[in-house]
Amino acid sequence: MRLRGKDMVGLRNSTAQEIELILNTAEAMKGIVNRQIKKVPTLRGRTVITVFYEASTRTRTSFELAAKYLSADTVGVAAATSSVSKGESLKDTARNIAAMGADVVVLRHPMAGAAELLAGTLKASVINAGDGAHEHPSQGLLDLFTAREKKGRLEGLKVAIIGDIMHSRVARSDIWGYTRMGAEVRLAGPSTLMPKDIEKMGAKVCGNIEEALADADVINVLRIQTERQQQGLFPGLREYSRMFCVNRERLRLAAPDALLMHPGPMNRGIEISPDVADGLQSVITEQVTNGVAVRMALLYLLIGGGAR
Amino acid sequence: MLGGITIKEKAQILDREGIRRSLTRIAHEIIERNKGAEGLALVGIRKRGAPLAGRLAERIMDIEGRRVDVGVLDITLYRDDLSTLAYQPLVRSTEVPFPVDGKIVVLVDDVIYTGRTIRAAMGALIDLGRPRAIQLAALIDRGHRELPIRADYVGKNVPTAKKEEVAVLLQEIDGEERVIILETPD
Repeated sequence: MRLRGKDMVGLRNSTAQEIELILNTAEAMKGIVNRQIKKVPTLRGRTVITVFYEASTRTRTSFELAAKYLSADTVGVAAATSSVSKGESLKDTARNIAAMGADVVVLRHPMAGAAELLAGTLKASVINAGDGAHEHPSQGLLDLFTAREKKGRLEGLKVAIIGDIMHSRVARSDIWGYTRMGAEVRLAGPSTLMPKDIEKMGAKVCGNIEEALADADVINVLRIQTERQQQGLFPGLREYSRMFCVNRERLRLAAPDALLMHPGPMNRGIEISPDVADGLQSVITEQVTNGVAVRMALLYLLIGGGAR
Repeated sequence: MLGGITIKEKAQILDREGIRRSLTRIAHEIIERNKGAEGLALVGIRKRGAPLAGRLAERIMDIEGRRVDVGVLDITLYRDDLSTLAYQPLVRSTEVPFPVDGKIVVLVDDVIYTGRTIRAAMGALIDLGRPRAIQLAALIDRGHRELPIRADYVGKNVPTAKKEEVAVLLQEIDGEERVIILETPD
């Protein structure tokens, strides 16, 4: 069995079998990340190009390490330093990159649908590393991987996602992924930042954070994206923290062994209290390690052998 | 049917007893060559090398009264034919839960053929550390080497034609216990 498409643009179109294949492969890849010699020859001679139109340190580093651990060559293009600032269109940039022989293009772009657009024009595989508020599938997959690794299953888990759902591509990839694997997803956040039709994706919108956290097995606290807050939708940091900060008392509402996740970077004291972020239930650092393993799995499954 | 091609059984090379005797002899040879079981580790190559390594370790325990380390190697990521395969092999975990540095590691596989699997396995093993020595045990040596590799311990040498296949069937994986030659018609 292998992935059906040449690209990974979102979890919306992934089947449960495909997600399971990715998670199983990531399990083997994690063994490599934990070794002293983090290198296997699998993708020797292949090229992975990361094209980031938005700032990112973690995701980009994670993809580059994943490629390097598999022996692929990597090149990074940052929008501010490239021809992008001269007004070159996304398609032209991508075409030029592809003409240089890239096997995989990892794209982050502020516009929803950018990765899909690129996937349709390029022969190379495209991995979406975040497109607007649409999807961030590798983050969704690493959340699923971490939950499955710790809980032994995904089916039947109660997952609470807390924060600014509207601007969150992580929330969307999580909702598609978790619900496809049979978990129950509850959402809580300011009503002004809760998309109207989000329940159509299979998640349940809760009236307050307490309801979402009740008996939850996994809590994913979203980052308050201060850079994306306009139009007076956001209630103000102090107000937000009072209503939605995941702190010690609120954590007690969840299952005693609930996992606490955060896609990073954290605003400590705003969406998550520092003692909880560094507490025993936090798996935030492990998420970062698992991210490399999941991205290695994606690279292998998309271009690692077997003529397509 | 195997891989879409009709394959018929040509001959049985080993039965249950034959496999048992071969493994017992190999266990004795490993101990004899290495003057005991100290510093020894057995690493089976997925898939069928894994149960064979476990069985050899049990026999060494019976003979020497000493437990040796046992691991499992997945060589998929080290294969040299990945880009030419028609299918994508599943990647599984490597489980070598002990340091290989300074150990005498005996790689265990069911069949040695071209030698390419063993080449990949040595690459994978050396990425885990620096063994003092690597030796190779195979239940069946069917010839046709494409690399300068030979087995130190062989259960049975079986001259084969290239169009034939050797199938090692083990209780743990296949629910039966025998070694057969299969013939693919032209």
